[in-house]
Amino acid sequence: MTEFPLKIVTPDGLRFDGPAEELIVRSSTGDVAILARHVNYVTSLGMGQAVIVSKGQRRTAACIGGMLSVVDGHATLLPSTFEWSDQIDVERADASYRRADAVLHDKNASETDLKLAEARLRRALIRKSVASSK
Amino acid sequence: MAGVSTKEIKNRIRSMESTRQITKAMEMVAASKLRRAQAQVLNSRPYFETLYGAINDIVDSNRDFSSPYLVSRPVKKVLYIVIAGDRGLAGGYNSNVLKLAYGELEGKDALVLPIGKKAVEFFRSRRIPALTENYAEAADIAIGDCFTISKQISKAFLAGEFDEIRVAYTNFVSVLSQTPASLRLLPLIRTKTGREGRLQSDIQYEPSSEEVFDAIIPEYLGGILYGALCESRASEQAARRSAMDSATQNADDMIADLSLKFNRARQAAITQEITEIVAGS
Repeated sequence: MTEFPLKIVTPDGLRFDGPAEELIVRSSTGDVAILARHVNYVTSLGMGQAVIVSKGQRRTAACIGGMLSVVDGHATLLPSTFEWSDQIDVERADASYRRADAVLHDKNASETDLKLAEARLRRALIRKSVASSK
Repeated sequence: MAGVSTKEIKNRIRSMESTRQITKAMEMVAASKLRRAQAQVLNSRPYFETLYGAINDIVDSNRDFSSPYLVSRPVKKVLYIVIAGDRGLAGGYNSNVLKLAYGELEGKDALVLPIGKKAVEFFRSRRIPALTENYAEAADIAIGDCFTISKQISKAFLAGEFDEIRVAYTNFVSVLSQTPASLRLLPLIRTKTGREGRLQSDIQYEPSSEEVFDAIIPEYLGGILYGALCESRASEQAARRSAMDSATQNADDMIADLSLKFNRARQAAITQEITEIVAGS
């Protein structure tokens, strides 16, 4: 398949830089797949699984927040969190899931606490599902 | 005679030596922390550069959409995010950035969001109201906290609580040079030097340029804040390292000076003793 240059940059550093054949990410409106020769395109990212096919190999990652841009054939993914499926700390995600769950079941929790817990719960669920689906 | 007894000089040398030991240890701790902070700065820079470039591209190439983030209102209330350190003994690091921020906000109707214990204490003693003092430990702030702050301040900006948001931090130029700087976060102002000719139809936005833009802005602010924080942290360690390096050198000089005095005094005492013995025989 035709390749296109892809760069994945997070605040913690460069995660991927090289040719890729396909990139699938969850945007704020749903999953999008990017192939070579894509039109110039910008979208904001949601929370979900990202799939990168490079040199015939398929890798998955948890990808949360940020933006995706394709300009002149160069794809740049700027997520706020990006973790390859084999690097996800499942125990931490589990612990975070349980903590958030406890808050959600707490009847005295405040509005902001609930919102934070919900966001944590979603992040933990994505991490867990990505880690188990490799 | 030297006037000071050898014992007194010896005591001073001993106390200098223990001070020197402390400054030397602090220098080494700062040097190892600096290496980590420096790596973090280098790791995070590409992200901010790309993010900054992408935002500017959108702002410059769009002529027909308006976002509340782009509107500059008459400035009545300013929010200053000031990033300083948690501890002193870092040369001019804390005072430089605090002085810069204080000079800018003096006389204005301003609110601060201090990050770092020194910043919290500084603004508290000057009775400048703080938005929150929850971020007193600059070393403990993770990227998640930056996103929380950015969401909070962008919401407040949209609600009209502030008309301008600025951040004061320290730029890590090199190990030997750090400069305090202040940057406007909101509102975003179109750069006049933007590339002409790139028409809006050139880039496809999904779902729409406005929605993408409004969704990315809080992320962008969080990113910029985290970048400023990384720069500041590296600057703090670098400033401490060089301050402690010169303190160690000063201690060395003083010890050398005192040792000379000590030897002179000792020699003088011996000479005097011999003179007394000779005179007495």
